[in-house]
Formats: sequence, structure tokens, C-alpha cells
Amino acid sequence: MMDNYRIRKIKDRLMRILLWSSLIIAMIPLFSILLDVFINGARAINIDFFLLPTPTVGEKGGIANAIQGTLITLGLASIIGVPIGIMSGIFLSEYHDSKLSQPVRFINDVLSGFPSIVVGIFGYVLIVSVIGFSVIAAAFSLAIIMIPIVTRTTEESLRMVPVAIREAALALGIRRWKTIIFIVLKGGRKGIVTGVLLALARIAGESAPVLVTMGYWRWWFSGLNRPASNLALNIYLFAISPFENWRTLAWGSALFLILMILGISILIRVLTRGKYE
Amino acid sequence: MKSTASFFSKIAYLKAKIKGDEIFRLVSAFFALTTLLIVVLMVYELTRGSWLSLQKFGLGFITGTTWDPVFTLNFGALPLILGTLTTSAIALAISVPISIGIGLLLSEYISKRLEFFVSFIVELLAAIPSVVYGLWGIFILIPFLRNNVYPLIQTVLGFLPLFSGPIYGGGVLTAGIVLSIMIIPIISSVSREVFSAVPLSQREAIISLGATKWETCKIVMSYAKSGVIGAITLGLGRAIGETMAVTMLIGNKFKVLPSSLFDAWYTMAAIIANEFTEATSDIYVSALINVGLTLFLISLMVNVIARLIVWRTLRLVKGVSRG
Amino acid sequence: MNRQKLEAELSYKFEIENLNAWFGSKQVLKNINMKIKEKAITAIIGPSGCGKTTLIRCLNRMHETVPDAKVTGRVLFNGVDVYGRDIDPVQIRRKIGMIFQKPNPFPMMSIYDNVAIGLKLNGVKDKRKVDSIVEKSLRMVGLWDEVKDELNKSGASLSGGQQQRLCIARALAVEPEVLLMDEPTSALDPISSAKIELLIRELAEDYTIIIVTHNMQQAARVSDYTAFLYLGELIEYGPTRQIFENPKNELTEKYLTGGFG
Repeated sequence: MMDNYRIRKIKDRLMRILLWSSLIIAMIPLFSILLDVFINGARAINIDFFLLPTPTVGEKGGIANAIQGTLITLGLASIIGVPIGIMSGIFLSEYHDSKLSQPVRFINDVLSGFPSIVVGIFGYVLIVSVIGFSVIAAAFSLAIIMIPIVTRTTEESLRMVPVAIREAALALGIRRWKTIIFIVLKGGRKGIVTGVLLALARIAGESAPVLVTMGYWRWWFSGLNRPASNLALNIYLFAISPFENWRTLAWGSALFLILMILGISILIRVLTRGKYE
Repeated sequence: MKSTASFFSKIAYLKAKIKGDEIFRLVSAFFALTTLLIVVLMVYELTRGSWLSLQKFGLGFITGTTWDPVFTLNFGALPLILGTLTTSAIALAISVPISIGIGLLLSEYISKRLEFFVSFIVELLAAIPSVVYGLWGIFILIPFLRNNVYPLIQTVLGFLPLFSGPIYGGGVLTAGIVLSIMIIPIISSVSREVFSAVPLSQREAIISLGATKWETCKIVMSYAKSGVIGAITLGLGRAIGETMAVTMLIGNKFKVLPSSLFDAWYTMAAIIANEFTEATSDIYVSALINVGLTLFLISLMVNVIARLIVWRTLRLVKGVSRG
Repeated sequence: MNRQKLEAELSYKFEIENLNAWFGSKQVLKNINMKIKEKAITAIIGPSGCGKTTLIRCLNRMHETVPDAKVTGRVLFNGVDVYGRDIDPVQIRRKIGMIFQKPNPFPMMSIYDNVAIGLKLNGVKDKRKVDSIVEKSLRMVGLWDEVKDELNKSGASLSGGQQQRLCIARALAVEPEVLLMDEPTSALDPISSAKIELLIRELAEDYTIIIVTHNMQQAARVSDYTAFLYLGELIEYGPTRQIFENPKNELTEKYLTGGFG
């Protein structure tokens, strides 16, 4: 019965090679992208890059206003999305025996898979039709994208806080809501921060919702009810433009964005490594 | 007895003025329901925005094959739906074997310590924004495919209509390829999760019969079959909604069918991104929002099915192993 | 019994020499030396945690499948050290079958496929041959009449006792020489347990059987030889009759009279 032993061993070795190859194949585009962004983006880096706003054709320019606009938009999105996400996460974690929690969790998961362009259109119909293309509309859409991420990570990290801590606090006479806010939340602090960072990294790169709620803006920030410049959106518009200086800026913006996101990713991994050890 | 006890404790609560707890619970429940509210509101608002289009075209919008914002103002989304499904299918065809391979690797072959680093690197693929994929696609991938890969494919397979026709670098296949890269992280990580959840007792059963590592993997995959399908469906959901990279690479040409995989085409997400800010008439905007509504509903369906499958599998697997 | 006449002539299936085993830094087996007779039923008894499961898992090289597991020493199987440098555990495991404490049939396969999986692995393609081996194995464990009309049902659709017998049939189908049984009846009801004990006695005609059990009475009922392990050390080992009626070691006697664990 053992005469196919050699064939089985060969198959085993072959599959091992194939499996490792699949990993390598996936790594090729990753390294290609990172390499090209670094090389092409580095060409765009100079003092002007950080100080000047978006140029018109033929002018010198940089991404200063894009950085400003992006930070303001992300900030507003966080102000809207993070509290909702944390409170939802608290609800799912601390009141998980509620009949609502399973449907809420399910909807949350589903929401996180929505096309961001659709979320953008939602923002358009709800807000742009009233206020016009604006930072508010964009922040609103981005907040919706943030919420499921923050909710999920908040719930996970709060669940990891030992039940004993809650019971000890309650036994000491501390009211439940105070227990949650001051003690449990503090214990899950790291995970919650991780979640917020994750969400930020995600929406920093989102340009589809920004496109339909804010559109292109060449100037400095001039009010929440007006559009502002956006890094991710600029990459899109500059990349498909025929102008050389804009294309260079596209690579430079991509480099900036990638560094920002990479930085956040590494920060997250550093924070969560302690959690698993 | 429980009801009496809870009744008295409720009185005690009120007496001790722990109303703060009730309020807090209500507040947090309210926030948690916001997501539900958002989804419901989304359906409502998208429908409202599509109203003009729905009135004019009705369900024929989904079967319509014209897109004329200039003269007849007739809009139809069928080619867009087909384009979305085609690029997604290509993406799955390429990505699924690679992703399942990575999932198996992470679950069965790599030590825990190494897994941390490897999964981090795979997750990096997910961290790269869609626009950056598009940027890289335009300036790096397209020239590479146009000069080195596609001519080769055409020489070998050119007799098939799929691979005949002019090569300009972008198009359906290119978009599908980039999409496949983008969905590797989600399919592989969910696969890894369902593989890891396969009980040790199953592995030991086949190992004790004298199975090689790969033969053990086959048992693991067989056990986690439905979970893998869930992972693939999640990847499909992601591919359907991908916007920027696709619109930067697919060529953005509205036609009922492309002439080949090397030809330009359109997807639901791409047309919205490409034409929304330029849309002049109300009916035009409404048609685009209608496309968004269609995309929303299709995506919703796929994601719900996917999540149901994955949820069910994980619970089943963990239940069996516990019992 | 006529078994006794044969026993004197049978050789040793396993010769365990200076076997030590660890889980990480925790040592679970300390210097085990014993010889296991061929075609006999050897029981391994002892309180929980004494290392009896680890001992048999070292015989078919299952212990090392756990991360951070370590083994030193030699285990001669038919005279060849299973831990030898050129030995592939895959080949060893085919000749040594294992039955686990909790029955683990493959739920995603039919009863037929469960029994046939080992054959499939080893490349037996002839459908008639597979059919006949499946039937033979199921008959051997007394399941054939119960399942012959339901061979397509899932392997998990059977009762606990039936599942365990299915697992035994699965192991038997690949024609091993040894059966290692890790507390095979502890998860089963008394009737199923009795059926399996009967089965074990039948199988001993053709197979070497090593059974780990925390049930002393079971060991006394079923086995020819008994080994008593305590805290990873082999305390006493000999014919079952002698161990139970006339234990030489004080610890053994203490355990047998219910002194601990």
C-alpha cells in the first residue's frame, strides 16, 4: 500500500513551494508600489513641497494646503465619528446581553464593507444638497466610514478588560456608568487608541467620498462650509492630468500619504504587540 | 423568584438614584443604533436621490444599455453592472488561489512568531490607498503589461476573442489584476482565521493515519470549506465597491460589451467617480445616484451573505471543537 | 489460556530505551524503559498528569506535533528506532494506528469516506478493493450491520460509541500493526464502553494494542500487561494479574487501592 509514498512526498514538497510562492507573488506588487512611490515621490520633495499650496499649470507649488485641508477634514470626521464609535463599542461590550447587540454588531460589520463612493453619495444627497460641496459633507461621509472600525476595536479591547475589575469597582460602590467611563475605558485605552488610528489611516486614503462631497480645491482652507484641499483626491486628479508638475506632485503626495499610513500602521503594531504577549 | 428579586433590586436602584446607569445605558444604546440608522437613512436618501431616474426608467434602468447625457438623456446601468461583475470575477480568479495559499501558510506552516510579521506585511497591501494603486497602475503597471505581458498573451491566446484586439495597456484585465491585489488581504486573513479554527482533533486524526503536511492541509480546507466561501464572498464585496483604482485604469468607456479583455470598459463605481462632478442636468445626477443605489444594494446583498456565512462557520467550528 | 503458550514465543513490538519527553521546559516523561510484547494488550495506568498519554504519543511520534515538544531516547519499533535520523514519521504513523479519547470522525465526510480516507491517501484506487476493505473494517468493529445502508451519511451522524468504533475502523483500514488507544471509552456510556472492550479483546488476536486508561477495572479486565506510571516515571510493569494481585511497589499498591488520583 505504500508504493505511492514517493509521489506523496513530492506532492508535499511541491505544495510547500507553491504556498510560499503565493506569498512571494503577493509581495511583488507591494514592494513595487512602495519602491516606486519612494523613488518617484522623493523627486518631488523640496522645501516648496511643504510650504506652497497647489500650483496652477506652470507655477511652482506644493502640498501645504492639501496637508492643511486633509488634517482639518480628518479632524472634523474624527470629532463626529470617534465618539459615536466608542459609545457603540461600549454598548456592545458592556451591555452585550442586550437583544440589540447581535443585530447591531452584524450591521456594523456589514457597514464596514460598503463602497466608500456610495457613502459619499449619501453625504452628497444629505448635506451637499443643503450646504453645498464642503468640508462638513466630506467629514460626515468619512465619519461614517470610521464608525464601524472604531466600534469594533473598542468592543474588542473593552472585552479584554477582566470582568474582575468591573466587579471589584461595583463592590466598592462605584456606579456602573462611572465604572465604565473611568475604569474600564482606561483599561481598554490602548486598544481604543489603536482603533482610532486604524480608522484614521483608513480615511486618510479615501478619495472617492471626498470627490463627490467636496471636489477639487486649489486654495487654502476657507471655512467648513466650503471645500478644502485633500491629499488623496489630489493624487487622483493630478495622476490623470497631462501636466508634468502635477504628476510629480501626485507621487509626492502619495509618498507623504504612504509614510503617514505606514507610520500609523507600525505604531498600531507596536501598541498591540504588548497586548498579545 | 427571579422576577421578584429583580423588582426589588429595581426599586433599590431607583432609591439609590442610580439613574445615571440607566441614562448611560440608554445613551450608549442610542449611539449603537446610529449605525442602523445610518443604513436605513442611506437607503432612503439614495432612493430619494434616484427618484427622477426611477420615475423615468423604472426597473428598466438595470437592463438599459444606453448612456446619453447629451441628447436623449437616456440612462441604463446594465453594462456597468456587467463591467463590475467581470472585473470582480477576474480579480477573484487571480486572487483566490493566492489568498487561500497565504491563509494556509499562515495557519499551518508558519510559527506563531513569524506569523506576526508575515501577516503585518500582507496587511500592508490593505493599507495602501486605492488612489495610490491607481497611480502605480497608470505609470508602472500599465507600461509593464502593455510592453511585456499582453503581447505575449496575445501571441499565445490571441485566437480567442477575449484576447484579440488592440492593446493600450489599461482596460478590463488590468483593472481586474489590480483589484486582485487589493482583495488579497481580506480573503487571506479570513481564510487564515477559519483554518486556525479547525479543531486540533481533526488534524490529529489525519496525522495519526500517516498524512503528510499537505494532506493535513486538505483536511483542514475541507473542514473549513464554507468559511473559505465566506472569505471569498467578502473579497467579492470589496472588489465590487472599489472605485478609484478601477476608474484610473479601466478606461472609462461606456459600451455594452468590450471587444476584448484589453479593451476599455466601465464599472458602477467608476462611472460615478468619473462623471459625478461634471453632471449637468438633474436627470443626469439622478441617474448617477441611481447607479449608486444599485451598487449599494448589490454590495449590501453580497456583504450580508458573506458575513452570514463566515459568522455561521466560525460558530459551527468553534461549537464542534468545544463539544 | 492458549494465549499464554504463544506469549512466551512472541517478540517485543516496542523497546523503549531511556525515553524522556518535555512540553517546553516541563518534563513529563522521565527515563522510561520498557519492552512491549507483540500481539498483547498492554494497559498504561496512573493518576492524571502522570504522562501516560504522552508515553503512547511518543510511540507514533505524535508528541512532537505540539509546539515546544521535545523527546530524547530511543523507541525501537520492530527493531528500528522511530526517532532515527532517516525515519519519516509519516511512514511510522501508518503502521501505528491511534484512537483518541474523544471520537474524532471527519464530519464533512460520509461514513464510507471516513473509513476509506486512509486508503485514498495511500493511493488505493480500485473501487472494488476499497469497497471490500471498508466493509471488512466496519465488520471488524461490529458496525457493518448497523450502517451498511447508510454509508453515505455524515461520519458525525452516529452516536458516540458508534463514532468511536468508526474511528477504530478508520485506523484498521490501513492495516496497521499496532493500535494505540488513549482512554478510548472515557467519553462513552457503559454499554458502548463494554462493546469496545470486547472489540479490543478480539483485535488483540492480530494487533498489538496499547491502551491508556484511568479506569483501573478496565485495565484489569482487558489487558495482559499493565504499566503503572506516576509523575512521569515508570513505577511498575508486568503481567496484569501480578500487578493487580501482587504489586511489588508500594506506590502501585497505594494507587490500586484508591490511595490517590
